[in-house]
Amino acid sequence: MISADIQIVMPEILLAIYAMLALLAAVYTNKDKSASLLTWVTSGLFVLMGLWIGINGQGTQTAFDGMFNDDAFSRFAKVAILLSAAAVLMMSEAYMKRRGLLRFEYPILVALSVVGMMVMVSAGDLMALYMGLELQSLSLYVVASLRRDSVKSTEAGLKYFVLGALSSGLLLYGASLTYGFAGTTLFSGIIEASAHHPSLGLLFGIVFLVSGLAFKVSAAPFHMWTPDVYEGSPTPVTAFFATAPKFAAMAMFARVVHDAFGHIVSDWQQIVALLAVVSMFLGAIAAIGQKDIKRLMAYSSIAHMGFALMGLAAGTVLGVQAMLIYMAIYVTMNIGAFAFILGMERDGRPVTSIESLKMYSKRQPLRALALLVLMFSLAGVPPMVGFFGKFYVLRAAFDAGLAWLAIAGVIASVIGAFYYLRIVYYMYFGEETEPLDGKMNPVLWGFLMAASLAMVIGVFNLFGIEPIAQAAAEALVH
Amino acid sequence: MSNILSLTTFIPLGGAIILALLLRGDDAAAQRNAKWVAMSTSLVTFVVSLFILSNFDPSDTGFQFVEERTWLAGLQYKMGVDGISILFVMLTTFLMPLVFASCWNVTTRVKEYMIAFLLLETLMLGVFMALDLVLFYLFFEAGLIPMFLIIGIWGGKNRIYASFKFFLYTFLGSVLMLVAMVAMFYHAGTTDIALLLSPEVSFASDPITVLGLNIMGGAQTLMWIAFFASFAVKMPMWPVHTWLPDAHVQAPTAGSVVLAAILLKMGGYGFLRFSLPMFPIGSEVMGPLVLWLSAIAIVYTSLVALVQEDMKKLIAYSSVAHMGYVTMGIFAVNQQGIDGAIFQMISHGFISGALFLCVGVIYDRMHTREIDAYGGLVNRMPAYALIFMFFTMANVGLPGTSGFIGEFLVLIGIFQVNTWVAAIATTGVIFSAVYALWLYRRVVMGDLIKESLKSITDMTKREKLIFVPLVTMTLLLGVYPALVLDIIGPSVEALVENYETAVAGFAPVSPVASH
Repeated sequence: MISADIQIVMPEILLAIYAMLALLAAVYTNKDKSASLLTWVTSGLFVLMGLWIGINGQGTQTAFDGMFNDDAFSRFAKVAILLSAAAVLMMSEAYMKRRGLLRFEYPILVALSVVGMMVMVSAGDLMALYMGLELQSLSLYVVASLRRDSVKSTEAGLKYFVLGALSSGLLLYGASLTYGFAGTTLFSGIIEASAHHPSLGLLFGIVFLVSGLAFKVSAAPFHMWTPDVYEGSPTPVTAFFATAPKFAAMAMFARVVHDAFGHIVSDWQQIVALLAVVSMFLGAIAAIGQKDIKRLMAYSSIAHMGFALMGLAAGTVLGVQAMLIYMAIYVTMNIGAFAFILGMERDGRPVTSIESLKMYSKRQPLRALALLVLMFSLAGVPPMVGFFGKFYVLRAAFDAGLAWLAIAGVIASVIGAFYYLRIVYYMYFGEETEPLDGKMNPVLWGFLMAASLAMVIGVFNLFGIEPIAQAAAEALVH
Repeated sequence: MSNILSLTTFIPLGGAIILALLLRGDDAAAQRNAKWVAMSTSLVTFVVSLFILSNFDPSDTGFQFVEERTWLAGLQYKMGVDGISILFVMLTTFLMPLVFASCWNVTTRVKEYMIAFLLLETLMLGVFMALDLVLFYLFFEAGLIPMFLIIGIWGGKNRIYASFKFFLYTFLGSVLMLVAMVAMFYHAGTTDIALLLSPEVSFASDPITVLGLNIMGGAQTLMWIAFFASFAVKMPMWPVHTWLPDAHVQAPTAGSVVLAAILLKMGGYGFLRFSLPMFPIGSEVMGPLVLWLSAIAIVYTSLVALVQEDMKKLIAYSSVAHMGYVTMGIFAVNQQGIDGAIFQMISHGFISGALFLCVGVIYDRMHTREIDAYGGLVNRMPAYALIFMFFTMANVGLPGTSGFIGEFLVLIGIFQVNTWVAAIATTGVIFSAVYALWLYRRVVMGDLIKESLKSITDMTKREKLIFVPLVTMTLLLGVYPALVLDIIGPSVEALVENYETAVAGFAPVSPVASH
């Protein structure tokens, strides 16, 4: 029996063991000298593991009496998390090495947080969920303040920690209420207890749980930490925050609301719809005045989370499918955008002000074009793939009778288009200024080009993720 | 030749890719190569599109040359043309070589300029051929990107304001259309335009209450409004026309030509393809409003045109007025009205394109579009004066030019529906004569007093050649309109018939009555 259970959680166990061994090896050997190698090995392992899970996994299985699920949904999320984490690690290696930031702890902490994420998305129990969440969060707090001698970086780490702890508290309080009124922490038990006329206590439990989850996906009005943490953290870490943890948190969100409260969709639908609409508008409006591209990406991510939540608010298979496709596209776009941001340097120093992009297209036409494609894709303008993400989400929202949310969403996307256009404007129409360095790390260049090419070529069939996302959604929604 | 539509659509894209990948450097030779590649690509496209026209059977009112492939999310890649769309396709392929010929003097970032226009051509052709809602939307929206860049990079002094206004204005209009498309997908279960056009599919038209307002025509009216938001901005109709003068003034000459001659027609095409046949009840409810808005547009923008000091702005306002005739003709919903509207759109494509080219000719020499900076050009530019005269007359609607046929048919059509609107619109004909002739008088006639103009030269051979096809078409359609009307006739007839069957049982009380 136990061996069957372990078989199911094998990827997580392997990854955890790898992290420990790597830690030991690094501590007892030459410390930071091996950091470079360790980063590449870790990202390679992520890719292999992603392929293994993606190709090998089949059917729906549960381990440890339902505490841990292995289904199409969790596999979809895990593959996305592993691949995006691998991409970010590869992108960060050269950047961090040149600035003396590349400590051997970095890849190890990322690996541990990935283990946490994998547990989060496949949890079948509030305890397991919390374990995964905390493993992820604790690693991320440390990574955020990786640049120890920088006030901004430590501030980011501290802010993230305090607010993250607060949100974990909210989540735990919700979990305890849920446990109190449902009598179990297992999702399969909660869904039975809540099937008919959920008690008031359970509803309060949902509210607190959802608030805690909203913190983790940085949905407004629980978004305050995002811009500061994005700005303060070293850029590779910001790139990481914007991709894998976002996907994991969103998948966990879907897991909780569907697995535990799937029979009372109407009770949480309004909350999620409200979070969605507030996030979309706040993200779109607050980003307009930003001068720092990392802060801008922070607000952009808030707006995008709003769209993903719109899919979730539908509470249907179509909705979860739309959310998964949206998040997959979002993560790809962000990898491309951050590959560009990581390459923004002047005299070897990183630059993050948007104005430094003035007339970038004159000197680097190809890179400017790639960023232009990504920006239009982020804005959701066809024929870029970003548009299809929005289309799926709108369709799901409409299908669930949330026409008002769809209309609000498209209006917010018009407001949001303004600041993506502003980047294009600086690159193409602005006046000449002190130029950015012409060199770009080939790895970054590769990711930038690949992501923007994907945004164009994906228009044919979205690389076939539609049926996979559908299978994943069907596995989750009851 | 089953893929001829896709072929036509994507030849320009191919040209753009070739330019992007193979052309290096920015010296004079590279620039010349870029221009020739773009020019020959658009000529090939034109030749291929002639095959479509020659094999087109006007008596068949359905879609022809249909291509169909499955795509994602239950959508499909489906292309086809019918009597309504084929002439827009031809207009596009016919005008694009002239557009490229007109930007022979551009020297800044030529390669990108050519790529932008080639992309734009692909997207415009796609709009007129797409037979799937989302495919249509994709082409329709994507056109904003190259146009945004054309205005923003190669435009005039105030180009940034104009490009943002252009983009956001039209984007806001069309995202509402996207929501309506999602609603149609949801209700009809398909995004196939051919299916949605068939009488079997009709959208609910029972009155519903939204936010306390009782909406006549129900869901149809709401969807109609959403589509209207997009097409009215694109058209553009009063009062959402304000982006157009800005965009025109700032855009480079070739950009203005494309904008006026082709992009604006997407709005009219959209009304004919979607609003009328898919939401007949909605059109019936909202039609009178459109008629009055059009009448206001014709008179108001004509008056505004009168006081403009910038030539391009004046012609832009005149475009808005002429588009007023188009919307009016479309929503008269009878054979003459719609025939006239389509005819007017085609003819306006030639005439307004030519007028912007005329402005471009003297702008290239003097680098100003201010009317006061000119005067007495006839003394040094006789050929220019002749051509400008011809298109001014065509713009006014002189019998014998294509401008007359379109306006006259529309007025006949509208007269049968609403005499008052017809009467007001007819005054627009007089106003247009006033502003157009006055412009001509101030720029071309009189003595040549201005010192700066003393050395201005007449049109070069290249410039004259550009106008030859335009003059030919304007005259030809003016004396033999059957060229166009024979092709669109049967399709328009079917459209009107279907519309009348659909609204037969519906009697509107008042447009939007609060119970």
